[in-house]
Amino acid sequence: MTAILEQTKKHQDDYPLIFERSKAGRRGAVPPQANLADGVNLEMLLGADNLRVRKLELPEVSELDLVRHYTGLANRQMSVDKNFYPLGSCTMKYNPKVNEAAAAHFTQLHPYQDPSTAQGALELLHNLARDLAQITGMDAVTLQPAAGAHGEFTGILMIRKYFESLGELETRRVVIVPDAAHGTNPATAIMAGFEVLEIPGNDKGEVDFAALEAALGTHVAAIMLTNPNTLGIFETRILEISQRARDFGIQLYYDGANTNAIVGRARPGDMGFDVIHLNLHKTFTVPHGGGGPGTGPVGVKKHLEPFLPTPVIGRLDDGVYGLEFDRPQSIGRVRSFYGNFGNLVRAYTYIRALGAEGLHDVSSMAVLNANYLRVKFGQIGFETAYSRINMHEFVAVPPKGMRTLDIAKAMLDHGIHPMTVYFPLVVPEAMMVEPTETESLETMDAFVEVMDTILRRAKSEAGYLEGAPYTTVVRRLDEVTAAKRPVLTYKKLAAAK
Amino acid sequence: MKYTPHTAADVQHILETIGVNSVDALFDDIPAAIRNPKIDIPAGLDEFGVLKHMKDLSAKNTSLEVMPSFLGGGMRHHFQPSVVDALTFQSSFVTAYTPYQPEVSQGELQAMFEYQSMIAALTGLDVSNSSLYDGATGVAEAALLAMRQTNRSTVLISHGVHPEYRETLNTFLECVRAKMIPLELDGSLTPLTTVDPDVAAVIVQNPNFLGSLEDMKALARAAHEAGALFIAVVDPLSLAVVQCPADYGADIAVGDGQVIGNALNFGGPAYGFIAVTEALMRQLPGRIVGATKDSDGRRGFALTLQAREQHIRRAKAKSNICSNHALMALQSAIYLSSMGPQGLREVAIASAVMAGRLEVMMTGLGLELVTQGKFLNEFAVKLPKPAAEIRAELARHGVHACVPVPVTYGFGHAGIFAATELTTDADISQLEAALKAVLSA
Repeated sequence: MTAILEQTKKHQDDYPLIFERSKAGRRGAVPPQANLADGVNLEMLLGADNLRVRKLELPEVSELDLVRHYTGLANRQMSVDKNFYPLGSCTMKYNPKVNEAAAAHFTQLHPYQDPSTAQGALELLHNLARDLAQITGMDAVTLQPAAGAHGEFTGILMIRKYFESLGELETRRVVIVPDAAHGTNPATAIMAGFEVLEIPGNDKGEVDFAALEAALGTHVAAIMLTNPNTLGIFETRILEISQRARDFGIQLYYDGANTNAIVGRARPGDMGFDVIHLNLHKTFTVPHGGGGPGTGPVGVKKHLEPFLPTPVIGRLDDGVYGLEFDRPQSIGRVRSFYGNFGNLVRAYTYIRALGAEGLHDVSSMAVLNANYLRVKFGQIGFETAYSRINMHEFVAVPPKGMRTLDIAKAMLDHGIHPMTVYFPLVVPEAMMVEPTETESLETMDAFVEVMDTILRRAKSEAGYLEGAPYTTVVRRLDEVTAAKRPVLTYKKLAAAK
Repeated sequence: MKYTPHTAADVQHILETIGVNSVDALFDDIPAAIRNPKIDIPAGLDEFGVLKHMKDLSAKNTSLEVMPSFLGGGMRHHFQPSVVDALTFQSSFVTAYTPYQPEVSQGELQAMFEYQSMIAALTGLDVSNSSLYDGATGVAEAALLAMRQTNRSTVLISHGVHPEYRETLNTFLECVRAKMIPLELDGSLTPLTTVDPDVAAVIVQNPNFLGSLEDMKALARAAHEAGALFIAVVDPLSLAVVQCPADYGADIAVGDGQVIGNALNFGGPAYGFIAVTEALMRQLPGRIVGATKDSDGRRGFALTLQAREQHIRRAKAKSNICSNHALMALQSAIYLSSMGPQGLREVAIASAVMAGRLEVMMTGLGLELVTQGKFLNEFAVKLPKPAAEIRAELARHGVHACVPVPVTYGFGHAGIFAATELTTDADISQLEAALKAVLSA
């Protein structure tokens, strides 16, 4: 049976679904003018053929049931506000509360309200685009994309349109990505109608320059790079790479997932990148929200500006802000309305608070922390994949005979979210660690102590690692059966009982 | 402001541990020529200063809380019970990452499983993913799904589908050289047409952009007779009273979730939902949560069917999509649980009744409806001058109203007006007075 008094039980029973708390006829909220539904003739109002036939099986719960349910679920969830999250490439830094307070002033605006009544919102968007262009060294920025992958798609489409305008689209079929790249890079290139060529890395953890050079030609449309790359290493030959790309007219794309390493200290635009996307939910403190919404603005150099998606935020000479739709060379729309505005407010608040000096401090402390942990990890028996100064993250591998997945599960018992595991794919048993700049020395030392404890116990106690976690609300889940015989709704789950 | 905790002594200790002399030395890999550029943005502010700046910006907006709104066209202002935001914006949900570690993410995973169940219940279809970016990209993903499933590369899309969704679809299809054939409206309704055998999907919105309730059964039949899938773009709130996609045999239902529990946020973030029949389950893009058991036999939830996704399949993935809009989907699930079937029905009916009163007022002013047949809570009227001008003038008279209908619809000047359960008779009187002033000017 389900545990109705879940606070008094110790995870012995299944936590009830909201549907399992439902009782026919019970109510929570009553909307305004609910009485208008009394005695209404729906056949007359909407037409008999237009009416819903099926029963609407939504939960029927009281407000207190609802509160207990979702508060209980929140208790069954790790988060940055409760736990250390050294999740590589995800930049799980602290999300300032002032951002949330500021965003609350901007929630009740309709995208189609008259622009004269939304001047503050439009000014904010205009200024944020200007700031992000400065921060990245680009000439123009669109704030529309809803996520990093969506930004990649937008950026690659602009490259596509650019080559179309030059009459070169038929010959430029290839997008080059390093084999250590995020999975979204090759997936994006395919979605945008290109072919993908993967190139290997070298023994220093950088792109193999010779292999890259050999792959270049006028059949290549773009190179997508992350810098620092997914191993946390800065591509030291970036200026040569961008020069070689320019020689062949190839567009250089910057995947901004790792911007936290360089923000305020170096700009992709100065490295020679033509297009960039940023993940505002990483570097610029938009909360991750349990998976989203993210936000992935795209910046471009001048020659790509005509291809920006519509609409573009414009400012007239008299200081009035508006939306520009008439852009004949635009790639078109990539989504509805103007982007994930609520998140843009948060990122804008953060940039206003920090200024250039604060951003410089962000990358400084992020890189300092990551190098500290790399050294400490080495001291307790982890190998680091490339023994050199890294940027905001580093890749470690566990001592021989131990599996990364098992160590990750053991960390859960200590209230620490695991690092990114098994990525990048080029390092077997990879654990990618990114502490971010907002973690203190004490937290990092405690983390190292936990990792040391796990390794020691693993060596002395057979089966310990394989059995972890022990204290979480559920233990390891049968993901194979979940995928083989998917149960994706309550209806199906209830039918199976 | 800074959110970095280190004291000078901490920094010194860390530098010594690493074995470098300065923080700057950690950045030696960056070519010297491009290190430490000048970044020309305003200087940082303290928290009080930031908040003041943000409030000043906000004061340049006129929100829907201070002026009544008749705005629709894809998003609407609905009532939000206080409990919804109180529960959604718990920091455990807000500051959580994607639930890749299920043992410590049961809260998020279960909430997404419940969300999926609610979308399935609303649409009547078998399976939902855990959300997409928005309605527009939802339509694009649905079309790509249909193309994968049928191995055909043409989609037929009604002009009744939101123009921004159609533009977005066009962007997505153009680059894979798929064809998008527009289906022009007959008045405000999608005409029945023969569907060619190379069509992957027929896409129709209900109620459509102009507010009309479409003959979805006949349109779905026409699609299926040609072996095409039928994609229904639906307003999820309407499904409390209007026939649901399963009622007319739709294969895919998509739409924007804002109207069931998200704030307007000037257009985002809300979220896109997508639901499909069981047969299409493995073609779905994006994250999906499934129920399973843990090693002790307890029920638990985990991300599943991940072999569809880019982090596993890379270039062969079903979509490049990585993140979803989990927090907005959660907000919607909490809203739906708070309203329940009865509350949601009341919202839909109150909106429809008030829209009827709005129509009476507007036709009384001599305005002619573009919208034919029955409508739920929005309709379009012909106007004597550009809708954008009327919208601006109405705003000066203290009312948010009149979403422009693009002239490409062929109605000349026309605008959309919407009512919700928040619309009062007094609001309608206020709009009436404003319209009288604006139209006679």
